[in-house]
Amino acid sequence: MIPGAALILLCQLAGEAAAHATGLPLPGPVLGMILLLLLLLGNDWLPRPLPTASATGAADGILGNLSLLFIPAGVGIVGKLDVLAAHGAGLAVALVASTLIGLVVTALTFALLARGARGDGAEDAA
Amino acid sequence: MSDPDFGLWVYLSRTPLLWLTVTLLAYVAADRLSAALGRHPLANPILLAVAIAAGLLAATGTPYRTYFEGAQFVHFLIGPATVALAVPLWRERRAVRRAVVPMTAALLAGSVAAMLSALLIARAFGMPDAVLAALAPKSVTAGVAMGVAERLGGDPALAAVLVILTGAIGAVTVTPLMNLLRLRDMRARGFAAGLAAHGIGTARAFHVDPVAGTFAGIALALNALVSALLAPVLLRALIG
Repeated sequence: MIPGAALILLCQLAGEAAAHATGLPLPGPVLGMILLLLLLLGNDWLPRPLPTASATGAADGILGNLSLLFIPAGVGIVGKLDVLAAHGAGLAVALVASTLIGLVVTALTFALLARGARGDGAEDAA
Repeated sequence: MSDPDFGLWVYLSRTPLLWLTVTLLAYVAADRLSAALGRHPLANPILLAVAIAAGLLAATGTPYRTYFEGAQFVHFLIGPATVALAVPLWRERRAVRRAVVPMTAALLAGSVAAMLSALLIARAFGMPDAVLAALAPKSVTAGVAMGVAERLGGDPALAAVLVILTGAIGAVTVTPLMNLLRLRDMRARGFAAGLAAHGIGTARAFHVDPVAGTFAGIALALNALVSALLAPVLLRALIG
């Protein structure tokens, strides 16, 4: 698990460095994710294989408790009550409507194209 | 201080240990409560945990900055968690390759629909550009959204709050909404949850179904990428 955690941090570090050095509009962790994906996909061709089992263990550990990670940012709501109060109605409408629109548009687009492609949507639904 | 209990409180309330412990305990309590309530969409563990922790801050008069000194160790893990999303993506690479057409189309359509509708509604309500900048990346996972908002001239802390609210709205509404649409493809349901409601939607999807959870994780990862690229374009087009 520790070699895997180190690999994940190393990818994030490389991503942060690349984002800062190049000024790309992408955040460092996203670049780190792309890097880790490329490393995992290319693992068979690497001269020394990555500690894949360790990396998946570390990743499953952190992703299994994803909810926990959002609590500190969520508690930040206590410091933003003034902005929320000033734009409360607008923000409430914007957040609820756009989230519902995003959910419906995404799910319908996916389902329509998946059904058209090979009909394997039906077998998954069963 | 003559009161020894108060002296102990003054000491502990200033250490990161106390608020880190409170964050973990609030999570454990909220997760148990959510499980006891049968994972009802309204009993969202993040909402419950935030309510518990924020309630304790208010009750003890603790400033958020003091709380965050302890909670930052948890918050820091959002970055590594984003990197870790490469693992489910890699593990499900065959399923991903098979669904590449519907995923790409749903990703682009959903990302633009969520961001554009939020920005248009907010602008109709006459919100300042700085709030729009914090609102644009609201469907993206918190760590990434804060970076995007900052680059656009928005307040990263406000962006984080809007991200959490969006995630909570998505996690609470996704199951009834998809049932209403009679959509039973767990890939489509999960993908929508991850795209519109990032990690909170993904956590909800994993509670409902493992396939939904996997596709939610994929959507969360891909949308972090696409929204980070599209947010500056859409925002500039709107506020010129």
